[in-house]
Amino acid sequence: MKEIILDAKRENLPVLFEFITNTLREYSDDAKTIRKVKLCVEEVFMNIATYAYDPEVGPAKVSVMALGDPYPFKVQVIFTDSGKPFNPLEAARPDTESGIEERPVGGLGIFLIKKEMDDITYEYRDGQNILTLEKKFEKV
Amino acid sequence: MEIKRQELGDKEIIRLIGEIDGSNVDSFEAVMTEASQKYNELEIDLEKLEYVSSAGLRVFLITEKQMKQDGKKMIIKNVGEEIMDIFTVTGFVKLLNIER
Repeated sequence: MKEIILDAKRENLPVLFEFITNTLREYSDDAKTIRKVKLCVEEVFMNIATYAYDPEVGPAKVSVMALGDPYPFKVQVIFTDSGKPFNPLEAARPDTESGIEERPVGGLGIFLIKKEMDDITYEYRDGQNILTLEKKFEKV
Repeated sequence: MEIKRQELGDKEIIRLIGEIDGSNVDSFEAVMTEASQKYNELEIDLEKLEYVSSAGLRVFLITEKQMKQDGKKMIIKNVGEEIMDIFTVTGFVKLLNIER
C-alpha cells in the first residue's frame, strides 16, 4: 500500500496525479483502467477540496493498493478527510438525458465516480469521511 | 494544458492540447468565455486533448449553452476515443455539436 497526505486544494492535483499514476503503473499497464481511476481520483479530491473544509483548507489522505487473486486483480483507493460529513452515494443522480437548455451544470463528478468504479463504499467514523473506490483491472 | 488559437474571419479555431483538470480549468474557461463573446463560431479541435474531467466538461456545457442562446455555434472536432468515452458516458454527445 502507498499513501499520500496533502492539503485538499486544487493546486495539489498535479502532485496527486503523479502519485496515483506512478503507483498504478507499478501494478499494471492497463492504461484504460488507470485513466478511469485517475479521473475518479480527481473527482473525489475536487469534492473534498471544494466542500469538506470550506472556507478553510484541511488535509486529505489518499491510500492506494492492489488486491486480489491473481494479483493485482483490482485496485482500491481510500480517501480520508476530517471535514464535514458527506456521503456522495446519497447525492442525487444528475440528469444526463435532458437537452442543453435544461441540463444542470453540476453533479457530474459524483455521477462519473458511480459510473466508472465497480464498487464504492462510504463511512463516517471517528469524525472522518472514509470513501473507498474499487476498480478491476481489465488486464494484468 | 496548452491552448492554440487561430482566427479565421468571424470564427476561431481553438486547439486544446494535453490535460484539462481542476487545477488548470480556470484558464480554459477564461479563453472560452472570451472567444464565445468575440466570435460567431468556434471550432474546438480535440485531436491532442488527452484528458478532461468534470471541471472541463462544465466549461464545454456553459459555453454551448451561452453560444446557443446567442444564436452562435460551437463545433467540436477530432475527438479521440478516450475523450469520446467521457462525452458518451455523461450524455454530452447529445448536447454538443460533435463532428465525426
